[in-house]
Amino acid sequence: MTNPAPSSTSPTGVVPGISSLTLPSTWAAQAESQLSDGERALAWMEIDLDTHLHFASGLIVITNRRILASTESDMIWREWAYREGLTLVRYDHSGVGSLELLDADSLLARWRYTLGGDIAARRLIEHFTQQLGYQLTGVPLPPPSETLCPKCQRVLDAPLLSGQEECASCSSEVHAPPSTWTLFRLWRFARPYKGRLLAGFLLTLGSTAATLVPPYLTMPLMDNVLIPYQNGKPIDSGLVTFYLTGLLGAAILAWTLGWARTYILALVSERIGADLRTATYEHLLKLSQEYFGGKRTGDLMARIGSETDRINVFISLHLLDFATDVLMIGMTTVILVSINPWLALVTLLPLPIIAWLIHLVRDRLRTGFEKVDRVWAEVTSVLADTIPGMRVVKAFAQEKREAMRFRMANDRNLEVNDRVNKVWSLFTPTVTLLTEVGLLVVWLFGIWQVSKDEITVGVLTAFLAYISRFYLRLDSMSRMVSFTQKAAAGTKRIFDILDHISSVPEPVNPVHLPVVEGRIELRNVGFRYGTRSVTRDISIAIEPGEMIGLVGHSGSGKSTIVNLICRFYDVTEGAILLDGVDIRSLPIVEYRKNIGLVLQEPFLFFGTIAENIAYGKPDAKQEEIVAAARAAHAHEFILRLAHGYDSLVGERGQALSGGERQRISIARALLIDPRILILDEATSSVDTATEKEIQKALENLVRGRTTIAIAHRLSTLRDANRLIVLDRGRVIETGNHDELMAREGHYYRLYQAQARNIDTEDDLRRLIVDRKTEEGRE
Amino acid sequence: MINKPCFQLSRNAFGRLVFTGTDGVVREGIIPVRAFPITSPDRGIALVDQGGHELVWIDQLEDLADELRRLVEVDLASREFIPEIKCIHDVSSFATPSVWSVETDRGRTSFILKGEESIRRLRPPALLISDRHGIHFLIRDRFALDRSSRRILDRFL
Repeated sequence: MTNPAPSSTSPTGVVPGISSLTLPSTWAAQAESQLSDGERALAWMEIDLDTHLHFASGLIVITNRRILASTESDMIWREWAYREGLTLVRYDHSGVGSLELLDADSLLARWRYTLGGDIAARRLIEHFTQQLGYQLTGVPLPPPSETLCPKCQRVLDAPLLSGQEECASCSSEVHAPPSTWTLFRLWRFARPYKGRLLAGFLLTLGSTAATLVPPYLTMPLMDNVLIPYQNGKPIDSGLVTFYLTGLLGAAILAWTLGWARTYILALVSERIGADLRTATYEHLLKLSQEYFGGKRTGDLMARIGSETDRINVFISLHLLDFATDVLMIGMTTVILVSINPWLALVTLLPLPIIAWLIHLVRDRLRTGFEKVDRVWAEVTSVLADTIPGMRVVKAFAQEKREAMRFRMANDRNLEVNDRVNKVWSLFTPTVTLLTEVGLLVVWLFGIWQVSKDEITVGVLTAFLAYISRFYLRLDSMSRMVSFTQKAAAGTKRIFDILDHISSVPEPVNPVHLPVVEGRIELRNVGFRYGTRSVTRDISIAIEPGEMIGLVGHSGSGKSTIVNLICRFYDVTEGAILLDGVDIRSLPIVEYRKNIGLVLQEPFLFFGTIAENIAYGKPDAKQEEIVAAARAAHAHEFILRLAHGYDSLVGERGQALSGGERQRISIARALLIDPRILILDEATSSVDTATEKEIQKALENLVRGRTTIAIAHRLSTLRDANRLIVLDRGRVIETGNHDELMAREGHYYRLYQAQARNIDTEDDLRRLIVDRKTEEGRE
Repeated sequence: MINKPCFQLSRNAFGRLVFTGTDGVVREGIIPVRAFPITSPDRGIALVDQGGHELVWIDQLEDLADELRRLVEVDLASREFIPEIKCIHDVSSFATPSVWSVETDRGRTSFILKGEESIRRLRPPALLISDRHGIHFLIRDRFALDRSSRRILDRFL
């Protein structure tokens, strides 16, 4: 929102490096009149709420002398000069941000805004703090360094604030409604096929022309053969043969050309669709974890699957038909005018009227059909809701209620459909009626002209033949608008994915580490998720081969640290270093090859056990797979399965227990022989007996690797060299188990609380369940 | 059930509520929170401290003494923000994202609707629309809106 223009000199009282700026146009004149000589506005913010939370605009300006504010309603300017003890703070609650100016003992002013202004508010505070510091101490601040927008990589005038993901121009782009012009972006995918597209176009031209020949031939057939026969002349069989051959030839030509055209264009559009799908999926795979966190799986699947298909159908069917229709109408017009301009005029006159009428009805139908689509989505969402939760439905004996819910959604579906069908059933008869009326006009004028001997019967017949063809096409042409809109919306949704630049970008100048030792260092790491700060100021150094345990309550930031180390997200402050190199300067794939990850819920892909173990190293030899399975204590249970290593697992595959799946995922991590190992609650979802088995497997895995383990059950971390205790995103204690116990601090309390519960297995299970529900709430 | 207040509330110079409980401990910056802000706003209000721990539960606002109730009400009013849509003037397009300009009980404004899924059906006939920044707009009774508003809304439902 602030929009500083570059300035070369810094006048007195202004922090060097901060440039002046232009105020918003509605406030500029007023605000500038408030400024005294030598006073300059440094940052501003337009607020959109008043103190009673009613929508009203206001302005806050930070100058090099004071802070100024006014509202639209009273137009009174209030001011506060810089002095000791002033602070400006912001916080937000349910979509409303508050900015408070405080001094040591009271609240001076409070402003409210909707969160759209949050970035401006943060910038305002930044400028305020800088100016206050400068005014009080006189120490100028270092000039801000050049920054890039993480999304479009442009050099920005002002640095982005933490929590802000993209520059203003990026964020405004995304929120425009889809326009038909989006369709032209498909050209990027059509370009490789431009030769074939041109051929398709020429064939369309040819086949359309060929279909227009038969009505033309009816004219001489009528005038030179049939009418003279009625007047007593014998039929000239040579002439008849000639015309009929012409008709047959034109039909066959139209058939051949039409076939070639449809085939070529279908081929091309199918390829464009496939390219689009592949490109989108490939791009999707490169996006950060953050992106997937905010998207529903079903939505992404729909975009890649059905949207690309819709675009595909649009190109191969609707666009082609439309082009053909336009060509046909153009050519027909030329032919009609060349035969008889007057009759042509009369024939074409009703055309726009009919087209307009059809469009009117269509428009009404379109909104109806859109509604049907949405209601249909509602019906499926009831299914999507209940089927995964079937166990809960059955357990609480709510089958009747769910059936009722489904019936209600269906009833609504029926109701909407009934309403649409009322108009829809009228539609085709209406088009027919309109066509007939149009023909009637042509008949009328034609007969009148024939009676005046201005045209022949043949000409009239030809006109009628032509015109009935293209009235029929009007209906499909009128549908084009909605097809285009739908395809444009689909294209936009696809390009939304394609335009999204990963928030975990590949380095521009990658550094390669030939040998990785496994020393990890976190330096003042901070991470924000949206506006919420998750971790702050975390500094940890992990030596090669050391095992670290991360301990803390749910929401203390353990998983965040792991996600940051894996580079699923990028830090917002500070840096993470591997062997002294910032991980952001390493190529992502190369970096992640060094990490073995064992998750709480092991994910098995559909395939054989051997394939699942070799997921990180598809070319692994069978001996390697077996060795990894042995080390993970998975070998024996795999042999007990009917097909051994060739047993199918994953979705639709063999059912394995939690512990078995976990051991397969441990084998998977072992096989790639990573330098760094991350165990994220690897043993939380299994009972203690299974845990012991997994622990044994893990011992093999951990040996000689830098290991970072998260566990709720503190007993599983007793082997760790060091434990790091986290609370609310900060490191509060570090040391091994004995040291921390001796300190009797946070860890001691956590351990005591758990030890009380570990008397029986039941209690332990309950504890874990509690914790999980806690996590689920996060 | 709290018939007689066993706690004291006051407002300090920073505009924050100060709570003094039966134990005599003074807590600053406490926040009243409605448990059912939409379905029954006047029943079930909790006073929570800055750490989010519940200090006291108020069954009904009327149970409180006038002075206390006013303090709670003023604080709720200054933080609660669910503008109620009274009339939909215009939408930029029927395809999302679209900009809605609406008349609310808190004045005229416009917001960006990201997708149809941002319109949530509460217990009929109420609807809750969340905009791009997470602000919730409430339509208490969609059938009570005027004709043109209803027609616009209908295109998104």
